[in-house]
Amino acid sequence: MTHPKGTLRRNTTAARINHWITGGCFVLLVLSGLAVFDPMLFWLSALFGGGQATRAIHPWIGTVLLISYAGMIVQFWRDNGWNRKDVAWMRAIGSVLANDEECIPEVGRFNAGQKFVFWAMALLIPALFFTGIVIWEVYFSAYTTIEQQRVATLIHSMAAVAAIIVWIIHVYAALWVRGSVRGMTQGYVTPGWAWRHHRAWLRRLAETGSEGPGPHASGRRQRQ
Amino acid sequence: MSDLQSQDYIRRSASTLTPPSVRRHEAEVAKLIDVSRCIGCKACQAACMEWNDLRGEVGLFSGSYDNPSDLDPNTWTLMRFTEWENEQGHLEWLIRKDGCMHCEDPGCLKACPAPGAIVQYANGIVDFISENCIGCGYCIKGCPFDIPRVSQVDHKAYKCTLCSDRVAVGLEPACVKACPTGAIMFGTKAAMTQWAGERITDLKSRGFRNAGLYDPPGVGGTHVMYVLHHADRPSLYAGLPDAPRISPLIEAWKGFLKPLALAGIAATALASFFHWVVVGRNEVQPEDEAEAQRLMRDAGNRR
Repeated sequence: MTHPKGTLRRNTTAARINHWITGGCFVLLVLSGLAVFDPMLFWLSALFGGGQATRAIHPWIGTVLLISYAGMIVQFWRDNGWNRKDVAWMRAIGSVLANDEECIPEVGRFNAGQKFVFWAMALLIPALFFTGIVIWEVYFSAYTTIEQQRVATLIHSMAAVAAIIVWIIHVYAALWVRGSVRGMTQGYVTPGWAWRHHRAWLRRLAETGSEGPGPHASGRRQRQ
Repeated sequence: MSDLQSQDYIRRSASTLTPPSVRRHEAEVAKLIDVSRCIGCKACQAACMEWNDLRGEVGLFSGSYDNPSDLDPNTWTLMRFTEWENEQGHLEWLIRKDGCMHCEDPGCLKACPAPGAIVQYANGIVDFISENCIGCGYCIKGCPFDIPRVSQVDHKAYKCTLCSDRVAVGLEPACVKACPTGAIMFGTKAAMTQWAGERITDLKSRGFRNAGLYDPPGVGGTHVMYVLHHADRPSLYAGLPDAPRISPLIEAWKGFLKPLALAGIAATALASFFHWVVVGRNEVQPEDEAEAQRLMRDAGNRR
C-alpha cells in the first residue's frame, strides 16, 4: 500500500500480512487452547464446531503460527537487537507508563518493551510447538512415553499462559500508544508519532532520506 | 455405557457443579482378581470382547502368550504373562488380568477436559461416556496404570467399563461370569475385601508369606483389586505399579496452575484497563509533529 504523502512507512505490506496471519492464529489458538485447559471455558470449543473439532484443529493452527512467526523473525530480527539503550529504557519504565516522554531515552525502530514481546514470543512459540507435537495424540503419541507427555503438557500450558500474558501486554500497548495500530493495519505513522515514540528511528530515516521502515538498526547500512 | 443414569454420578469430568447424587447410599462394588487361582485361559478376554462386541485387528505373534500384545481400543482386558524365577530358583508363572482399576480417585477423570466424558457412579465404577469424549488423550496422561487407549478410527478413548451396563441391572461383569476357576469375583467392595482376606490367609498357610491384597491407597483404593502371592512386589506382575498415584505433574497442571493461570491473565487485562483509566492514552501532540518537521527539514538541508 502506498502511504499518504508526508507520512512514514512503519511496516512493509509483507510484514503486515505476516503479522496479522500470526495474530489471527494466535487468537484462535488462545480460544481453542483455553477451551481444553479449564472446564469453565470448555464452551469456547463451540466456536470451533465442538470438542472433537477443537482438539483436531488446534495443532494445525499452531503449525501455521510457527511458520508465520518464523516469517516475523525474518522480518523483524534486525531491529530487535538488545543493547545498552534498552536497559536505560527499562530503567525509565515508570516514566514510560506515566506517558512522561521527557524522561525516556530516545529509541530506534523498536523500544525495549517491543523487543521483549518479540523475543518472548520467539522463545515461547517454538516451546509451544515442540511440546505440542509431543501431545498431538493423533500423529505423535506413539513416539514418546506417557511421562514425557505429562511433562510436555505441563510445559505447554505454562508457556501458553505466559504467551497470553505477553500478548495482552502487546495488544494493550498498541491501543495505549495512539497511532500504533494504524502502523500495523495501514502501515504508516506520522512523523510526529515517530518523533514522540521512536526518535532515533526518525533521525535515521531523516539522515538517509528514507520514508521507512528501513534502514534497519543492525545490518550493513546503519552503522554510520 | 451411554448416559442413562446421570443421578448415579458422584464424579463428572470437567464439571464444577456437584453432580446429582440421590443414590449415595449405594454400596460400592469391586471386582476381585485372585491371581493365585488364574490359569490363564483368557475366557475373561473372550467374554469381554463378546459382551462389549469388540473386534480387534488380528495382530502378529510377538513371542509371548500375551495376545494381543497390549491393550488397545478394542481390547479392554488383557492377560499378561510373566515368567519369574523366585529365590528358590523355581519358575513361577505370574498371570495378571490387566485392565482399568476403577480408582476411587481417578486420574483420567481429573485430567479430562470434556464435561461429562468421564464419570464415576455411586457404586464406584469409572466410565467413559463416548459421546462426550473429544479424543485429546489427557486421560492417558492422568492414568497411573496406563489403561485408556484412543481409537485412531473415531478418536475416542476406550477402556474397561466394569460392565457398568450389566452391573446396573444386577448382573456381574462378563469376565466374572466367564471365569472357570472363580479367580474373578464380583460383589460389594466390603465383601470382596473380606473374601480376599480368607484367600490371603490360605495362601500364607501354603507358604506365600507375602500374599496380600492390592488395593493401592495412593489412588484412594480401587474398585478392581488383586490378590497377589507377592503383594510386597506388585511390579513382578507385568509392571503393576508398586505405589500408584496420580502424577504430580498432572496434579500441578489440573491443580494450582488452572486458577493461577486465569488469575494471571485476568490480572494483566485488568492492569491494562486501569492503566488506561488512570494514565490514559499516549497521544501525539501538535508540537511533536512540528518538531518532526523541523528535524526532517534540517536533515534534508544537510543532505
